[in-house]
Amino acid sequence: MNAITGAYDWLTTGANWQGEKGVWHRLAEHLYFSGVCLAVACLIALPLALYLGHIGKGGALAVNISNVGRAVPTLALLILLTLTPLGEHGDAPTLIALVLFAVPPLLTNAYLGMREVDRAVVEAARGMGMSGGQLFARVELPLAYPLIMTGIRSAGVQVVATATLAAMAGEGGLGRIITAGFNLQNTPQVVAGAVLVALLALLVEGVLVVAGRLFDPMRRSGGTAH
Amino acid sequence: MAEQNCLVTNDWICGEYLRTRSQELTDATLQHVGITLASVAIGLAVSLPLALLARRWRFLAGPILGVTTVLYSVPSLAMFSLLLPFFGLSVSLVVTGLVLYSLTVLVRNILAGLRAVPEEARDAAKGMGYGPLRLLWEVELPLALPALLAGVRITTVSTVALTTVGAIVDYGGLGTLILDGLDTTFKAQVLTASVLCVLLAVVADLLLLALQRWLTPWTRAHRIRTSRAARKAAVAKVAEPA
Repeated sequence: MNAITGAYDWLTTGANWQGEKGVWHRLAEHLYFSGVCLAVACLIALPLALYLGHIGKGGALAVNISNVGRAVPTLALLILLTLTPLGEHGDAPTLIALVLFAVPPLLTNAYLGMREVDRAVVEAARGMGMSGGQLFARVELPLAYPLIMTGIRSAGVQVVATATLAAMAGEGGLGRIITAGFNLQNTPQVVAGAVLVALLALLVEGVLVVAGRLFDPMRRSGGTAH
Repeated sequence: MAEQNCLVTNDWICGEYLRTRSQELTDATLQHVGITLASVAIGLAVSLPLALLARRWRFLAGPILGVTTVLYSVPSLAMFSLLLPFFGLSVSLVVTGLVLYSLTVLVRNILAGLRAVPEEARDAAKGMGYGPLRLLWEVELPLALPALLAGVRITTVSTVALTTVGAIVDYGGLGTLILDGLDTTFKAQVLTASVLCVLLAVVADLLLLALQRWLTPWTRAHRIRTSRAARKAAVAKVAEPA
């Protein structure tokens, strides 16, 4: 396979890692987009979902929003945003699209996590005289934690993947190495870029899995189902 | 003349565009539908044996589910690009990428459906002298059908959306129009193709829902159970590859 040895050569050529179009710069752009957007999406979705889950309302909203999200093509939304006046503000379309795509998994998982908490446990905690706040912090949140983390992991991977597509709309990120390769008809560069992007996505997934285990509040007491 | 203007002024909504480019839109939609149908059909044909293997030999279940999940995390642009050396710029490249994405949801759902078949039903069929193949075809698969079709619905909707990324190799159906519209900053084309794409996903989902009800009339008595199963499936994986 010529393209594969070619991709290896491309990756091991120092010059491809340096400068404005180099791997390091693209990686930094990618991580900057992804990190900022995941944080913003968490700030929007988690408080809302946890509150709705606590009071037990808005379930239809939380579940349906993720079903709608599945039907909307990422690429289409990204390009639509790029053609609006927002497109003149550089990174804005990418940042907005990334936040929009990260919100549904966060919202749905956090809401369902709160609702799946065993009702008998909640009643027992109420019976012990816990206030709403205590119930939330000491019972519901720790029990909902695995699903909330699943949501953050899904959202994180989603954001990294979407940041790749931003390249097709002309923004930065690692995807640019792939689209530039296509434009130059340079297959080894396309494959090299794809390998980098795939590795990054898997790495992010792995890091989020490990982080989820490390911060699990139930870890010491024998672990959870997840 | 007034209608002609919307092409000149580059409006988002343009009747004149629909009229003059209907052929182009139809072709792109047909390509989109074709790619989606082929991907879901091949995905089903590949995931059914995988699910059966994972059920038959427990030690295979972990690796099969693990590998398909890893594939699921690979961004679509990278997935299509990684397949480039093997398929070149072709429609089989796009279909193969989409099939690889469909495996996670399909294998999980088929496996969950098969595992949920009541032991009594299996024993009764065996007692009646059913062989393994007939047992699978006439008892287990029909009982697993609701879970299987739930998987097919999720897969189809996300495949319709993901097909657009095939535009990078010129086989993205409506996605190709969307990407062209970006290059020429032709707003009506981008919006029309995007809306058609979402409509396609919604129509496909409704058709599959109708098929599901027609094929599994007995589940309507157990609505509560199936909706809980569907919710569980939604919990397991709510995000899609992008």
